[in-house]
Amino acid sequence: MTSAFWIILKRDLLLALRRRSEIFTVLFFFVVVISLFPLGVGTEEAVLKKIAPGVVWIAALLASTLALDRLFSADYEDGTLEKIVLAPSFLSISVLAKILAHWLLTGLPLVLISPLVGLFYHLPINTILVMMLVLLIGTPVLSMLGAIAAALTLGLRGGGVLVSLLVLPLYIPVLVYGAGAISTSMMQGVSIEPYILLLLAFSLLAMVFSPWVTAVALKISIE
Amino acid sequence: MKINWFKYSAPMSFYPLAGKLIPLFWIAAIVCIAGGLYWGFFKTADVLNDQKQYYRIIYVHVASAWMAMWLYAVMVFWAMLGLIFNTRLSYMLASATAITGTVMTVIALATGAIWGKTSWGTYWDWDPKLTSFLILLFVYIGYIALQSAIDDKRRSDKASALLALVGLALVPIIYYAVNCPDPTECASLHQESSLKRVESNILIGMLVTTLGFWMYSFATTLMRARIIILERERSTTWVSKLAEITNSERKH
Amino acid sequence: MSLVVNNLQCIRGEKELFSGLSFVLTNKQLMRIEGQNGTGKTTLLRTLCGLSQADDGEVLWHNLTIKKQDEVFRNELFYLGHHNAIKADLSALENLQINTALAGASYSEEQLLQALEDIGLFGSEYKSSAQLSQGQKRRVALAGLLLTNAKLWILDEPFVALDGFAVKKLQDVIASHVENDGTVILTTHQEVPLTQGKILTINLDQSNNKPNRSDND
Repeated sequence: MTSAFWIILKRDLLLALRRRSEIFTVLFFFVVVISLFPLGVGTEEAVLKKIAPGVVWIAALLASTLALDRLFSADYEDGTLEKIVLAPSFLSISVLAKILAHWLLTGLPLVLISPLVGLFYHLPINTILVMMLVLLIGTPVLSMLGAIAAALTLGLRGGGVLVSLLVLPLYIPVLVYGAGAISTSMMQGVSIEPYILLLLAFSLLAMVFSPWVTAVALKISIE
Repeated sequence: MKINWFKYSAPMSFYPLAGKLIPLFWIAAIVCIAGGLYWGFFKTADVLNDQKQYYRIIYVHVASAWMAMWLYAVMVFWAMLGLIFNTRLSYMLASATAITGTVMTVIALATGAIWGKTSWGTYWDWDPKLTSFLILLFVYIGYIALQSAIDDKRRSDKASALLALVGLALVPIIYYAVNCPDPTECASLHQESSLKRVESNILIGMLVTTLGFWMYSFATTLMRARIIILERERSTTWVSKLAEITNSERKH
Repeated sequence: MSLVVNNLQCIRGEKELFSGLSFVLTNKQLMRIEGQNGTGKTTLLRTLCGLSQADDGEVLWHNLTIKKQDEVFRNELFYLGHHNAIKADLSALENLQINTALAGASYSEEQLLQALEDIGLFGSEYKSSAQLSQGQKRRVALAGLLLTNAKLWILDEPFVALDGFAVKKLQDVIASHVENDGTVILTTHQEVPLTQGKILTINLDQSNNKPNRSDND
């Protein structure tokens, strides 16, 4: 049972290590989007501080959707997905391993590079830490919800665009409270605790339901 | 009278039944909508001054907004039935409902924008209710897009049904997030849509129009379902024996 | 131990691939599924595995439908599809190790290397799979057959892309599996001579899908 989880997790990380460029593509996409906004909106410090929370989250949403296309498609094309479905273990556990690996490779790097956003947008240290915290809690939700859409659109022509269409509206709660927490942290004397608690709740809910729904979706898609 | 409902779960027996019901629903829809709007436009108290006559768009706006939400529930109902019993007709009805639901959402948004211009002075405001409907529209469009992207009908039915269910689970959370961006204080700018505060005379107009919209939705959904049935079952013998098919082939 | 198929029907798109398909397969039996392209050979194999859902009928393993005994059934099943499940970025050895581990068994490195050598991949064990030929990749996938304890083998065109040596080797492996109380279902144009056991054939070109028995002993 647990062994399938570790095998898949280790394999996906190993594969990513052998093809490091893929991790960096997503990361650089994030950085590029972040740096385009000041060029479009203007470089006034007050404006940048105001838009930073939304910008960082929208860049994270886009980067995360960009990477979703690859979540199952490689395994689907070479037949490994059939092996995983037919393995004598719960498919949802295997799916959870794939989602976790995906987050470690595409979500976690965003959290680690986010202080750069703080630098670009003149954010105070305290806000940068809050931003890292909410990204740490929120980006797994993106991977979990994204996995459902990736499974539903598996192997379709133009699946990448379709994934974004399906999944971006579902990301709204994370966007609202994730950005809200960062904005609030720049105000004096307002607690960000409610935001953190809500994001944690989303994270837990997603972790319970998403692997299961994704497993059902995968079975529908490979039929 | 005892009706065997399962008999009508087969496209073959559903098709003629739907054909008989459609005219009835159309008549009911026209009567109810015309009656409801007449009542609303001419028979309700003219308490407001002339410039505020625009508010009478409420009869279309509220009715279409209700329908947009109800039809999503109807669509999920059919999708769920399809996933549980694996009946083809349920999936066909789900996808037929989605189009009418999308139309209703667009009408609700458009009338909302017109009403907004006359009363708030702006076509669009990021008011929670309007935003929620925009997102509902995205969810409908996602459902339709997924369905049309998958060529294999079995997969397309099941995958879109699952998406509809996921949407149902997430829509309340999205709605909450849009309504309460600040979790410590949850306030909505939109008028409280408590029915108790609405004058009963206006309420009659709204309810009758809504009933008419229901009838319209039944009629269009059934029409679309019939088209989907013809398209999917075109190779079967019962379709090739239908009067409308044999007639059209004779013409060619 | 038996695989029972009752009144199986599969429809794809508007086309009925097969219907009313019934057969019983026990140990020491091999079933060959014949038919032209597009007659539903792969669909049948995938339905027997549980990857595809039948439109009607059922598949029983140990007298219980395969839907109800997910893990138990999959533990006793070895399925080889069109694709080899080989990752180009991993070596032959790593691929074999991961695929066997996914199937729920762990083997020592010596056992894995031995299997690769037996299937004729000596010297390519540590090569990146991107450098392997199509036939060599197929061999890596087939090396799993040498190790597995699964009773029921379902193989989709196992002989495709193999050279003479590998064909002979695979024929031997299949024959000895049948001899050791195993059951094999495959689609192939290749003859599989058996030393013991029965060969059954299903031809999906025919409208009535009754298996023809051709005893082989």
